[in-house]
Amino acid sequence: MIVIAKEIQTAAYLFASILFILSLGSLSSQESAKRGVFYGIIGMAIAIIATVFGQGVAGHTYIIVAIAIASVIGLMLARKVEMTSMPQLVAILHSFVGLAAVLVGFGSYMDPHTQTIEGPAHSIHLVEVFIGIFIGAITFTGSIIAWGKLEGKVRSKALVYPGRHAVNIILLVACIVLGVLFAQQEGTAGLPYLYIMTGIASFIGIMLVMAIGGGDMPVVVSMLNSYSGWAASAAGFMLGNDLLIVTGALVGSSGAILSIHMCHAMNRSFVSVILGGFGNGPVGVAKAIEGEVTSLNHEEVAALLKEAKSIVIVPGYGMAVAKAQYPIYDMVQTLQKAGKKVRFAIHPVAGRLPGHMNVLLAEANVPYDIVLEMDEINEDMPTTDVVMVIGANDVVNPSAQDDPASSIYGMPVIEVWKAEKVIIMKRSMSAGYSGEDNPLFYKPNSEMLYGDAKVSVEKLLGFLK
Amino acid sequence: MKVGVPAEISQNELRVAATPKTVKRLQKQGFEVYIEHNAGVKANFSDKEFEEAGAKIVSTAAEIYGKSDIVLKVKEPTMEEVDMMHEGLVMLSYLWPAQNQPLLQKLADKKVNAIAMDAIPRISRAQKMDVLSSMANIAGYRAVIEGSFYFGRFLNGQITAAGKVEPAKVLVIGAGVAGLAAIGAANSLGAIVRAFDTRKEVAEQIESMGAQFLTVEINEDGATSSGYSKEMSKEFIEAEMKLFLEQAKEVDLVITTAQIPGRPAPRLWMDYHVAAMKPGSVIVDLAASTGGNCALTRNGEVYTTDNGVTMVGKLSQLPSQASQLYGNNLCHLLDDMGKAEKWKIDMEDAVVTRAMVTYNGEIHWPPAPLPVSPTAGGKPKVVPPTAEEVRASDAEKSKKASMSMMITLAVVGALLFMVGKFAPGEFIQHFTVFVLAVFVGWQLITNVSHSLHTPLMAVTNAISGIIVIGGLLQTTDDIKNPLTIIAGIAILVASINIVGGFVVTHRMLKMFKK
Repeated sequence: MIVIAKEIQTAAYLFASILFILSLGSLSSQESAKRGVFYGIIGMAIAIIATVFGQGVAGHTYIIVAIAIASVIGLMLARKVEMTSMPQLVAILHSFVGLAAVLVGFGSYMDPHTQTIEGPAHSIHLVEVFIGIFIGAITFTGSIIAWGKLEGKVRSKALVYPGRHAVNIILLVACIVLGVLFAQQEGTAGLPYLYIMTGIASFIGIMLVMAIGGGDMPVVVSMLNSYSGWAASAAGFMLGNDLLIVTGALVGSSGAILSIHMCHAMNRSFVSVILGGFGNGPVGVAKAIEGEVTSLNHEEVAALLKEAKSIVIVPGYGMAVAKAQYPIYDMVQTLQKAGKKVRFAIHPVAGRLPGHMNVLLAEANVPYDIVLEMDEINEDMPTTDVVMVIGANDVVNPSAQDDPASSIYGMPVIEVWKAEKVIIMKRSMSAGYSGEDNPLFYKPNSEMLYGDAKVSVEKLLGFLK
Repeated sequence: MKVGVPAEISQNELRVAATPKTVKRLQKQGFEVYIEHNAGVKANFSDKEFEEAGAKIVSTAAEIYGKSDIVLKVKEPTMEEVDMMHEGLVMLSYLWPAQNQPLLQKLADKKVNAIAMDAIPRISRAQKMDVLSSMANIAGYRAVIEGSFYFGRFLNGQITAAGKVEPAKVLVIGAGVAGLAAIGAANSLGAIVRAFDTRKEVAEQIESMGAQFLTVEINEDGATSSGYSKEMSKEFIEAEMKLFLEQAKEVDLVITTAQIPGRPAPRLWMDYHVAAMKPGSVIVDLAASTGGNCALTRNGEVYTTDNGVTMVGKLSQLPSQASQLYGNNLCHLLDDMGKAEKWKIDMEDAVVTRAMVTYNGEIHWPPAPLPVSPTAGGKPKVVPPTAEEVRASDAEKSKKASMSMMITLAVVGALLFMVGKFAPGEFIQHFTVFVLAVFVGWQLITNVSHSLHTPLMAVTNAISGIIVIGGLLQTTDDIKNPLTIIAGIAILVASINIVGGFVVTHRMLKMFKK
């Protein structure tokens, strides 16, 4: 068996790190994004090969078997998944990283080499193991709950009980105490402390995500992404492996900044989203809503579309649920053939993942030069004839601008009500994910079109053709 | 509960307070509906249609007034009609309470609870019951159609083989509902439309309907809290008259819509304006019934002046359409008052208390003023900070920022010192790498476009599968060793993550195309 020298392995790790950095960097634009994936894949391949053929690695057969099985499973998962359930897949994959981090932590603790280390280095190593498992366990259970919420298996409403911050702090303190006790144990005698702490951390992970309302799920998923990076980084410290440290830190910090970006887009404080309990109704008295809700049927909406010159479509989670992106694009093409200007307006937090809508529209082959972001489209709203809101709610809620009592007050929204006519396609009059009532439905220029988004769009298409 | 609809007595009134459609609606609300024989004839609704819709036909008005709990009418009742009413009857109709004091007194004496549909306050919630709006909309449209009929020329400009046709110029005075409707109709027929209003705030609405907003140099705003405009100062009116005189020489069709509730219509178009107009021009005066905006208007008449200007002082009401809209307005009000089963006269309600001009034998007129205006009732004025304040606060901010930066750096420095003092050399090395990598990651992501957030997350997820290396380093050759099993599972899940993450990202990105 070939064994790669330590120096060459380090060089390979450096090369892999560079490739990972390039990979993340390439994802900043559509053109270079595809290259980014290949950088990532090559980096990963180099990292794995350099490790497997490095010094002191044994059990190659088992390694190859495990990787082979995993590749098949991973390939099947990734090929089978519908684009609409992408958020769930990403969440469950995060939980795998968390689980792996926990296992690596335990492995490292039980490794006979560990026991030979002495002095402060030993204490530091134990602390690294402890922190690694702690983060890993939170990532693991938190991601599972996030998956459950996105899949609809766990109720999406924020679970909030009085004194939950106190409970969390007590649990955290308990973990620190356990950590101190653990670091003083010789050999593998600290194992019980490690088990208890893993249990507590798992519980914290569950409660942390349970306390966050469904509307904030994009932030949570991205936050868990960040945790999984930190877990990998902690593993790197305990194994003294720079590649793990670098890569983990890259993922960790990029996930964190992404979460912060998203909080800005929703005008939420990052801290309060992470601590949870948001989206549970307004504080103070909400503004009374004036006016009444009126609705149109499909034929009338089609007539409106025929008359319009400029049309903007605002998709939301409802489009994802109904898988309406294909008929919508058919409709867009029909309208374009009739000489109309049709564009999509995407709110940064529409859907359950950042960029969720872009992915779905891309799936339906919508060219991305007619897909605009909120800031680009808002100034065109007053000159737009018809806006079709398809399954979006909170991102077009005028309360965000004019009702300080609203829980989403201050969040930038797409100003659809400034258009001549707004058609809101919705299954019922229920509130959005934030639980806020939407005064948009009561505006005189708004009309509801009830029904499943996909069925409705197909009907419209029938009238338009 | 029983709702009765008598025939309108006035010969000029073609409308009726219910149509077969609204009869159905009333029944849905839980009312029984009685209609006087031939009540809808002038609006083209036969007794048969009403019967098919579920109403019962009654032969005399006396029977209607005797039987009903609620009576729906269009025009204000005559004294004879009031005589037929009984105590506690709720009557909905136009009443013009400001002009009809004796009528109000009589209604109050009979203890009739009368709702004046023309007194419905003009607030957002009451828009659906605002008969003045719904009727004005019809009048504005009709003014253009009938005006262009008497005008006898194209409204739009055309260039044809037979020569060029100039577009007609239309001047609309007063941009209320009727004015705006007229602007819209004239604009869509291709005319050049100009509009004048004393309220500055409607300029935007006028322009949105496709007309040019005319204004005078004097800065005075006619907007009031009632939504109607007030009477203007002498200087303003002089400037206005001058403006109109210039316009009179140019325009072909003048539509005047200015009305002030409870008062005669303001005189805006004088005889000398008419004299200045070209022969063949037309003036449609929508305020003819309250005295007319034009000095020469004759209510209910169409005639041509000596200089060939056609004066239109009456318009067809489009009775069937108007009845339908008026009937809908009534239905909305009854709906708001609780329908049949939860029927309640709620004098606390902002709409009912203003429209209910007589209640339990008392006259409730004039009502308390209600502030409404298209400009959202006076926004709180934000005083912009002066340049100096801005500078001062900026300086303060930057001072604070540099201060907190200093503190942060000091704390970070102290922490790093502690780490360096106590941690072994190897840890410091790793730590250096770690911190630098955090900064790199931070910088990398700062400018990723929103649309790529999901692929980015999937790819970082795949990359975080690097934890597989931990497992790789821990496997041993002994399958029975628990370490190997733990490491094996770690490799398995981490690898699923790597493969799944990359494949799914690739799939996503493949779909993005220009």
